[in-house]
Amino acid sequence: MNSSTPHTPPSELWAETLKPGEHWSGVLRRGTSLRITAQEARANVAAMMYNYESLLERYNLADTLKAQHTAFLTVGCACYSDMGRILCSITADSCGWHDTICGLSDAAMVAAKFGASRFQDKRNEFFKNGRDSMLNELGKYGLGKRDLIANINFFSRVTADDEGSLHFDEQHCRAGDYVELRFEMHTLLVLSTCPHPLDPDTQYRPRSVDLRAWRTGPASPQDPCRLRCEENARGFHNTEMMFLA
Amino acid sequence: MTARSSNIEPAAAPADAVSGSGALDPRAAIRDEIVAAGEPWMGTVAAGQIVRIVDLEGNQAVDTLFYNANDIEERYSAVDTIRGQRNIYLTTGSALRSNLGATMLTIIEDTCGRHDTLGGACSAESNTVRYALEKRHMHSCRDNFLLALAHHDYGLTKRDLPSNINFFMNVPVTPEGGLQFADGISAAGRYVQLRAQMDVLVLISNCPQLNNPCNAYNPTPIRILIWAAG
Repeated sequence: MNSSTPHTPPSELWAETLKPGEHWSGVLRRGTSLRITAQEARANVAAMMYNYESLLERYNLADTLKAQHTAFLTVGCACYSDMGRILCSITADSCGWHDTICGLSDAAMVAAKFGASRFQDKRNEFFKNGRDSMLNELGKYGLGKRDLIANINFFSRVTADDEGSLHFDEQHCRAGDYVELRFEMHTLLVLSTCPHPLDPDTQYRPRSVDLRAWRTGPASPQDPCRLRCEENARGFHNTEMMFLA
Repeated sequence: MTARSSNIEPAAAPADAVSGSGALDPRAAIRDEIVAAGEPWMGTVAAGQIVRIVDLEGNQAVDTLFYNANDIEERYSAVDTIRGQRNIYLTTGSALRSNLGATMLTIIEDTCGRHDTLGGACSAESNTVRYALEKRHMHSCRDNFLLALAHHDYGLTKRDLPSNINFFMNVPVTPEGGLQFADGISAAGRYVQLRAQMDVLVLISNCPQLNNPCNAYNPTPIRILIWAAG
């Protein structure tokens, strides 16, 4: 189902580039698609999602994995909220695996791995960390530590062996890799481009990503994400119930 | 499975945290309670105290969350715990970490072998997705959590229900990324024992799920014991 060359969106709404280490938030309306493209190999984009109309409804790691009997995300997967509904579905994916079980880096980890890096010395090149980046964005919507949910790490692949031990795939994300999300409800999306917390790179090297949004409309009755499994058919049904006139 | 004694990220635990507790006498426990099948439970465990959860009849999922009793914005985080130990399963030696990265409790003894923290809690809404729209009415762990929070005055709400631990539940993940709810590996009388590294508030739902093998299709009671710091 992967395609190697992304198509050109028919009706682009906006596009922008996130700098290495940048954090970002925005609202993606139902029926809008967002493509995230890695400018360089080994990018990571941490993401949290909330129903913009009721911020108490948010991405739920466990419900997403249980409904689809998977421990990772790829094309055809739906990203579930805690209310049995779908925030967004993954409609295209050039790299085949996105992590959602490893969480974020934090200030102590970044300092231990990469050394001290303060604004006073580095100005805007100072080292960011995933948790504080998320708290920065969440605070703009009245959210905080209580709202630090299990996140997605787009472009990162971490596998568990038979004993459950985790292994980070350093070769996974290539330059130009992309993932496309189609939003099934009005969604507050919060992003950080900090490195994956298990990336063993000894240098702090976050990567830039491009964002491009366009209007696609909601999922059709034959949509591959809807048809992936019976669970997703019910998840789309629950979501559509919220948008009946 | 062997005990996990060397976390890659240092877990701020006392040197003896991973050693077994020896034979703790239930008669010396400061709390010893039975939680009936399908019921919630809340309680506090002070820093240094030991809490034991016993799977009395076997294969009973115990959905559990922890909060810092002195700062409820700090709470158990499944992804911080997984990241900290570089492993998805919980067992002896696992440091249970908070959303702020601190070790809240350490598993010091585990006669079951491993426990889940990816499977989350069942809810009326996720039951409609996983099984059928007609399953909405069935009792669920989230309803237990919400009711327990509503009846206690801690200021906790739905906002404070992140991904939890499922003690005694078996959710194997394959190297290819498959995930399933499998038959339990627990049995009658098996238990997990934890030492609190901070004062914690414990929220439990003794899982009422009837649609998958997490409770062997027959939810049963559990026993909770707490011993003073020794």
